[in-house]
Amino acid sequence: MDFIAQGVLEAFRLLMLGDPQTWSAVRTTIGVSTMSIMASLVLGAPLGFALGYYEFPGKRGVRLLVDTLLSLPTVVIGLLVYAFITRQGPLGDFGLLFTMRGIALGQTLLGLPVVVAMTATAVESQDRRLRQTLLTLGASPGQVLLTTLAEARFAVALAAMAAYGRIVSEVGISMMVGGNIKWHTRTITTAIALETGKGEFGMGVALGLVLMFIAFAVNLLAVMLRRSSQR
Amino acid sequence: MKQVRMIVMVMALMLLTLGVARAETLMMATTTSTDNTGLLDYLAPIFQADTGIELKWTAVGTGKALKMGENCDVDVLLVHAPAAEKAFIESGFGSERRQVMYNDFVIIGPAADPAKVKGMKVAAALKTIAGSGTKFISRGDDSGTNKKEISLWKASGMELPDKEAWYVQTGQGMIATIKVAEEMGGYTMTDRGTFIKYADTNNGNPPLVVLVEGDDVLFNQYSVLLLNKEHCPNARHDLAEKFADWMTSEKGQKIIGDYLMLNQKLFTPNAK
Repeated sequence: MDFIAQGVLEAFRLLMLGDPQTWSAVRTTIGVSTMSIMASLVLGAPLGFALGYYEFPGKRGVRLLVDTLLSLPTVVIGLLVYAFITRQGPLGDFGLLFTMRGIALGQTLLGLPVVVAMTATAVESQDRRLRQTLLTLGASPGQVLLTTLAEARFAVALAAMAAYGRIVSEVGISMMVGGNIKWHTRTITTAIALETGKGEFGMGVALGLVLMFIAFAVNLLAVMLRRSSQR
Repeated sequence: MKQVRMIVMVMALMLLTLGVARAETLMMATTTSTDNTGLLDYLAPIFQADTGIELKWTAVGTGKALKMGENCDVDVLLVHAPAAEKAFIESGFGSERRQVMYNDFVIIGPAADPAKVKGMKVAAALKTIAGSGTKFISRGDDSGTNKKEISLWKASGMELPDKEAWYVQTGQGMIATIKVAEEMGGYTMTDRGTFIKYADTNNGNPPLVVLVEGDDVLFNQYSVLLLNKEHCPNARHDLAEKFADWMTSEKGQKIIGDYLMLNQKLFTPNAK
């Protein structure tokens, strides 16, 4: 039990005194997860919207596939990405292994299904009358699309939060693709795995708390953005 | 639109904090013991000051490290499984093996020593543990230590007790495995360097103590492996060569020998 108390004290010490190793891991985590969430949203929001908005043959199958991908374990994604970006793999020449870009690639694959599935569900469940009302008011199909898009923005924001939560907390991809390299690809989660592996449980708890601070800050930012947009 | 602009601003700021450094970097795959003991954290800055090369490493078991070398994902290896290393070179993946340092393996267990193996030779100790009903905790992860342990079971004339209830395979790193042994009150085998680190974490008074040591079969040799230039044309062989030279040079060897914890040497340099 005492290492939990130790960890809480340690967390404050690390952040307050600006422990360079901890800050390096914080920077890596924020950097990588930012790249991943941006890519997940840029790719996922339009895909999810299209999946929810349009009717096409095989739509059910696609939905099923996306929902299944939600439960793909991070180590499997890590393994797949490793297989592609190892020097012997098809993308070996890009030199992505043991880099932040490599981790971001894997984490994008993790965030993408979340964004697609949640956006699609939100668009599908939008009030059916919205479309009819718009058409009655004489809106062109393009205007209907734009209005639906605008109505879906909160769903996308919600999807972004959920995806970010998954991305920032995963350890499998970061470990397998990033290699937990000190000062370069050591994220908070791989650092936790390393410290617990070394038997430094207090340090592990401390880093866990640091990660929670970051999540808290991100959520706080989201709330503030929402407030300012509702004015 | 205001919030969109704000999001973009925040994101841009975050991306700016990703400093991109471009020094000469050497990528190494190594074992958990060289990393967990802190040896590399201590060596790397000195190596960089001497040669201007930044050493980056990923710490995995020897089995995985060899696999990374085979896939040309790293430039150089620092590992400890002589038989597997020789096979690696014979298969054409590596070009050269240079021995750098050694420590030794020890069998550790509860201070009360329930199976009464203190001071025995390894083969006798393993047989005794197998018949005593006390647990033996194995890494079970194809690391250098795990490879060694498997060879010791075979050398003692027994089958590997893979399916026995008293034989626990963690699949984790060395200190994590020692922790499991501590929780279960069982025995395990570790390299001495990692054991000293573990003792140091417990303020020099660890729950598990060394019971079997000094047998010739417990010798643990670490070597630098250079990769085959033909097999991996893109790896930084020039930097790898410099690293191997530095590690086996008089200065590198002295620095390895000077690394102490609890006033004990963790690794003894023995380059030829």
